[in-house]
Amino acid sequence: MSARAPIAVFAVLAVLGLLSYGLLSKGSSGVALGEPAPDSPLPRLSGEGTGSLAEYRGKWVLVNFWASWCIPCKEEAPALQELQRRHGGERFTVLGIDSRDLTDDGRAFVRRYGLTYPQLRDGDGDGAHEYGTTGVPENFLVDPQGKVRLALAGPATEEYLQRYVVPLLPRESS
Amino acid sequence: MRSTATAVALLVAMAGLALAPVAGAASSSSTLNELENEVMCPVCGTLLGLAESPQAQSEKAFIRRLIAAGKTKEQIKDALVAEYGDEVLALPPRSGFDLSAYLVPVIAFAIAAVALAIGVLRWRRQSEPADGRAAAADGPSSEDAERLEADLARYDL
Repeated sequence: MSARAPIAVFAVLAVLGLLSYGLLSKGSSGVALGEPAPDSPLPRLSGEGTGSLAEYRGKWVLVNFWASWCIPCKEEAPALQELQRRHGGERFTVLGIDSRDLTDDGRAFVRRYGLTYPQLRDGDGDGAHEYGTTGVPENFLVDPQGKVRLALAGPATEEYLQRYVVPLLPRESS
Repeated sequence: MRSTATAVALLVAMAGLALAPVAGAASSSSTLNELENEVMCPVCGTLLGLAESPQAQSEKAFIRRLIAAGKTKEQIKDALVAEYGDEVLALPPRSGFDLSAYLVPVIAFAIAAVALAIGVLRWRRQSEPADGRAAAADGPSSEDAERLEADLARYDL
């Protein structure tokens, strides 16, 4: 009995350890307003190397998670391109992140909607997981210090952009 | 000795059954129906064959294009992994740390089977008398017989 007790304790601890590892490895995800935005590098959708939100430190960035198969993403794309056309430059950019999508489909989407802002690729969804998204599209406005100032789970309509995003952008960035 | 051989044979047979799905997964013909049951819809978190979401439709169209291009099942799976990562596979890859997903159940099963076999052998040994003779049905001892007689006499009407 006494010889078996350590084995039983070890077995129980091993099972508990595995369960704990499983729970911890899921990790906490999601960003709260005012917290630093995740900036892990991702491949560029164009296929030319990698890019990261960190490259845009000092700029306001509207991080837009999208996918070519997502119908609301098609609806918001023209509004985002218009925002980029009007306000994109030294102080602001939209940063598209094509999430859980096929590369060719994503590139076709960019061509179809004439998107000129930078695009990253998040095929396995890890980038979206870091932001705690629950689907696409989702949008996060990140300030020049890299902190999340706005979060929107859903499409960024023209009305939303004009009402909540544009007032925060520096005027001289047009 | 004979019991040990039987236990080992049983163990080998059961381990073979446990490994059968792993061996079956190694075949490489490519049809959409087969692949739909071996890859996931990453957005839905279900087998692709059970998913009807827009992302699943996009993934199925991608697979159909690759089948039409004459790609093998393994080539199609590799292409899916390149697009969506390892999580697109319903079964984890049989390499690296993911190999443990295949080995751990087999090893655990083997350990449990060995422990069971040892337990059964010990139990059988303990149930046999120490001198090797079968236990005789000798009836009650003289003391018990006397007490039985006394009890029966008490209830004798």
